Amino acid sequence: MTNVLINAPKAARKGEVIELKALILHPMETGFRPGTNGTIIPRNIIERFVATWNGVEIFSMAFSPAISANPFVSFFAVASESGRITFRWTGDEGFSAEESVAIEVA
Amino acid sequence: MRLPDRPARWAVGALLAGVFAVSFALAQLLPHAVTPAGAQAPDPRRSGTQDMGEALQRMQADDAANPAMLFVQLGEQLWSRPAGTTGKACDGCHTVADMKGVAVRYPAIPRGGDAPIDLEGRINRCRTEHQQAPALAPESRDLLALEAFVARQSRGLPIAPPDDPRLAAVREEGAALYRLRQGQLNLSCAICHDDNAGQKLAGVVIPQAHPTAYPIYRLEWQALGSLKRRLRNCLVGIRAEAWPLDAAPYVALEAYLMDRARGMRYEAPGVRP
Repeated sequence: MTNVLINAPKAARKGEVIELKALILHPMETGFRPGTNGTIIPRNIIERFVATWNGVEIFSMAFSPAISANPFVSFFAVASESGRITFRWTGDEGFSAEESVAIEVA
Repeated sequence: MRLPDRPARWAVGALLAGVFAVSFALAQLLPHAVTPAGAQAPDPRRSGTQDMGEALQRMQADDAANPAMLFVQLGEQLWSRPAGTTGKACDGCHTVADMKGVAVRYPAIPRGGDAPIDLEGRINRCRTEHQQAPALAPESRDLLALEAFVARQSRGLPIAPPDDPRLAAVREEGAALYRLRQGQLNLSCAICHDDNAGQKLAGVVIPQAHPTAYPIYRLEWQALGSLKRRLRNCLVGIRAEAWPLDAAPYVALEAYLMDRARGMRYEAPGVRP
C-alpha cells in the first residue's frame, strides 16, 4: 500500500504556470544507521521521481540518502494541454508508486 | 566640606524612592483601571503552533503539505479494513461523522472500566474487545495512523475533557507528576513549561505544553508521534528514566494537560520542528 498526496490544480489556462506538489510516505532509510541489534539497516530509499504530462516527461529528480523520510517535492510546469499528469516514484527493494491527476486546460 | 552634599543625596534618594513608589502603585492599579468590570481578559494560554515559525505554521495548515496527512490517509484505509476474528472493521460500528469530537474528550474512563485510557488505549480496546484482534503496538504506524484519522475529525473543536468526577483524582495525580522534580537535572515539567515558557532552550522557544495538536508529525523524528512519545522525549531530556510506553503515569499526565488546555482549539494532526 502506498500513500501519496498530490496537490495540483484541476483546471488551468493555456500557458499558465502551475505549481505541482507531491508528498509520499516512505522511510528513506539511509543505509548508514545501525539498528537496535548493532547491525546496519540496509538502505531503502526512493531513487528516482518522474512526472509526465500525457506521457511526456516534464520533471525528474534523483534522490539521495540525505533526503528526509516522507519526501515532499514541489515544482512548476507550464499548462499546455488537457490530460493527465502522472507522478512515479521508484527505488530500492523494488519500490514503485504511481499516482495521476486529471487537468483541464482551456 | 562634604557636609552640604549629604542633604542633596538624601533628597535625590527620597525623590527616586517616591517616584518608584508612585509608579509601583500605578502599575498595581492600572490593570484594574483599564479592564472594565466583567470583561474577559485575553487567554494567556498559547498553543505550540503560535510559537513556531511562519513556514511551519503554513505547512501544518496546508493539508497537501502537512506530512501527518499521509498518516491520516493511511488511517482512513485502515478504518474500513476488517481485523481480528470477528472480521469487523472500524466502520462496521462507527461512521466517520461519529468521530467528530472524540479526540478532544480523551483521556477518559471507558464504560465498564475504572482506569483512564487515552485515544490510543480506546482504539486498542476496540480492537481487543469488539474486533477480537491483537492490540496494536504503542507508537506503531498503524495505531498512530488510526489515531491521526480519528483526531483529524475533531480539528477546530475546543478541547473538552469529560466532567467525570472519577477523573479528578487522575488529574491530580497528573498535576503532581507535572510538578515533580525528576532525573539527573532535577527538573519538573512546570519549571520549563510554566516558569520559563516563552524563553529559549537551545535556541528554541519553550512552549506552554498544551497538547493541542497530537498526534504530531515532528520533523526531527521524520515520523508521526503521540503525546506519550513527546513526554518520553522530555523525560529523557531531563535525564530521568522514561516509563514504559504502557505505563499509567502517561495517561495521568495527559489527563492533566488536556484539562489544563480545556477550551483551546484542537489542531491535530500538527507539525512540530
